[in-house]
Amino acid sequence: MSEPDKGISRDDVVHLAGLARIDLSEAELEHLASELPAILDYVASVQEAAGDDVPAMSHPVPVDNVFREDVVRPSLSPEAALAGAPASDQQRFLVPKILGES
Amino acid sequence: MTDLTRLTADEIARGLSAREFTSAEVTQANLDRIAAVDGDIHAFLHVDADGALATARDIDDRRGKGEQLSYLAGVPIAVKDVLATEGLPTTCGSKILEGWIPPYDATVTAKIKAAGLPILGKTNMDEFAMGSSTEHSAYGPTRNPWDRTRIPGGSGGGSAAAVAAFEAPLAVGTDTGGSIRQPGALTGTVGVKPTYGGISRYGLVAMASSLDQAGPVTRTVLDAALLHELIAGHDPMDSTSIPEPVPAVVAAARRADVKGLKIGIVTELGGDGFQPGVRARFDDAVELLTSAGAEVVEVSIPSLKYALGAYYLVMPSEASSNLAKFDAMRYGVRVPPAGVDDPSAEQVMSSSRDAGFGDEVKRRIILGTYALSSGYYDAYYGSAQKVRTILARDFAAAFADVDVLVSPTSPTTAYPLGEKLDDPLAMYLGDVATIPANLVGIPGLSLPVGLADEDDLPVGLQFLAPQKADDRLYNAAAALERLLEEKWGGTLLAKAPQLEEVR
Repeated sequence: MSEPDKGISRDDVVHLAGLARIDLSEAELEHLASELPAILDYVASVQEAAGDDVPAMSHPVPVDNVFREDVVRPSLSPEAALAGAPASDQQRFLVPKILGES
Repeated sequence: MTDLTRLTADEIARGLSAREFTSAEVTQANLDRIAAVDGDIHAFLHVDADGALATARDIDDRRGKGEQLSYLAGVPIAVKDVLATEGLPTTCGSKILEGWIPPYDATVTAKIKAAGLPILGKTNMDEFAMGSSTEHSAYGPTRNPWDRTRIPGGSGGGSAAAVAAFEAPLAVGTDTGGSIRQPGALTGTVGVKPTYGGISRYGLVAMASSLDQAGPVTRTVLDAALLHELIAGHDPMDSTSIPEPVPAVVAAARRADVKGLKIGIVTELGGDGFQPGVRARFDDAVELLTSAGAEVVEVSIPSLKYALGAYYLVMPSEASSNLAKFDAMRYGVRVPPAGVDDPSAEQVMSSSRDAGFGDEVKRRIILGTYALSSGYYDAYYGSAQKVRTILARDFAAAFADVDVLVSPTSPTTAYPLGEKLDDPLAMYLGDVATIPANLVGIPGLSLPVGLADEDDLPVGLQFLAPQKADDRLYNAAAALERLLEEKWGGTLLAKAPQLEEVR
């Protein structure tokens, strides 16, 4: 892809849409390629804000691992867990083939 | 007889315990109001009349038997459609979740149900809470009760409009960059984003996990405090939940005394780019606070100029990652690609996400995917995280000198539907005053402070306080609310135009 300071091209958007698994139409690709540069230009100002000595903040409060006792407790039934599935079979999620070949 | 829809939640709670009316009557009055005005306002995506009335009758029954009930038991409530509600549709305003009925309750929902508040329905929102106008809902926009040609703000325009239009006394919203506070400002209602970690995010469909926070949407500061106290508290199901007692927000709202309080006006959140009527009402409100004994100073936070840029990197980055779960495999719509025989899971995933997501969601996923890409991560997401550190330090320094900070909530009043729909950056700029609180995890409250002279539309003032000092917001806002209502001789919403009721 292009350099961070060079904005974003239509080919970049095609690549990103592939990574994000969104089958964008030609019109959507054109539209995004035309409006993303202005947004990226705006947000790029953050690069001048901080030097190497400033630590990154991922969460505004301290985050620690949280554990609970390793005991069995009630959870969703298979029926409830599968209730929203587009397709299911024998208490499992039924998905299309995962390999490209037929 | 009193119009029960006009009562505050506190008045309803007191009326219920004094047996002046029943929860079934209050709930029915709100359902009737929804039926009469929501065709126009479109605050609700789903109304659960049967469920709400069943809860109301159960509470009336239990009250009749002398059972000890929660203070807000029997007070109806609306819930933003981003919180999981077992047995009720939860769409997040997206086609990709059309028809999805969660098999579990969000912790906030569970607390509301346990306390016996009838849930009137689910409120409209920008798709996955991405937007500042509620125009990005896949199910059509919500209209502002003050002027139905204008936006109600967003993303929680549905919750704010429902409360402003007297369709519900209480609502729950969520706020990632202002989605509770900005609609509050634009509809003349009260909206609070609590301290990050103050209210459980379990069952809140995540947009940006390090920014999201649920909170109250109400018509008065005391009502907001009552709802805050009900839905807040430590939850083992949310690893970012604060394991400490909830700040004494209700006591603070009842105290309502700013004598000796040190208030800082944030220099960078005002001035240029802020509508004259917004600035005028803000200045009037600050003068009232001064007259009531508050000590007002000006505070500069220079790093705020980087806040919006940091927000529009952190938020899409986290959103692109969170929304990867909508893969058409376990829940949500599955739309196979047209003209492909025996498509693969990846092809089905890509076509489903194309069909299920709207423009703004796609825009943010692509932006976030870019910011997180190898070779770009440090320049974008990494730099944005550093800005959060600098901002947090600057806010900490500011709060060493003052108790609360104030600014206008939104630079403008409600703008016409469609005005900024084709200019995403222009819409993003409207979040300038609200996003800093999310980036640094501090609480914020928006209070209606009057109408702008140029358009007679509501203006909001935002209070900010240090983390875990949510009570300071309620104390200061309740004091200002009382001063304003004394000046107006009533509430601001009493000045809102009457909505035509369809019977």
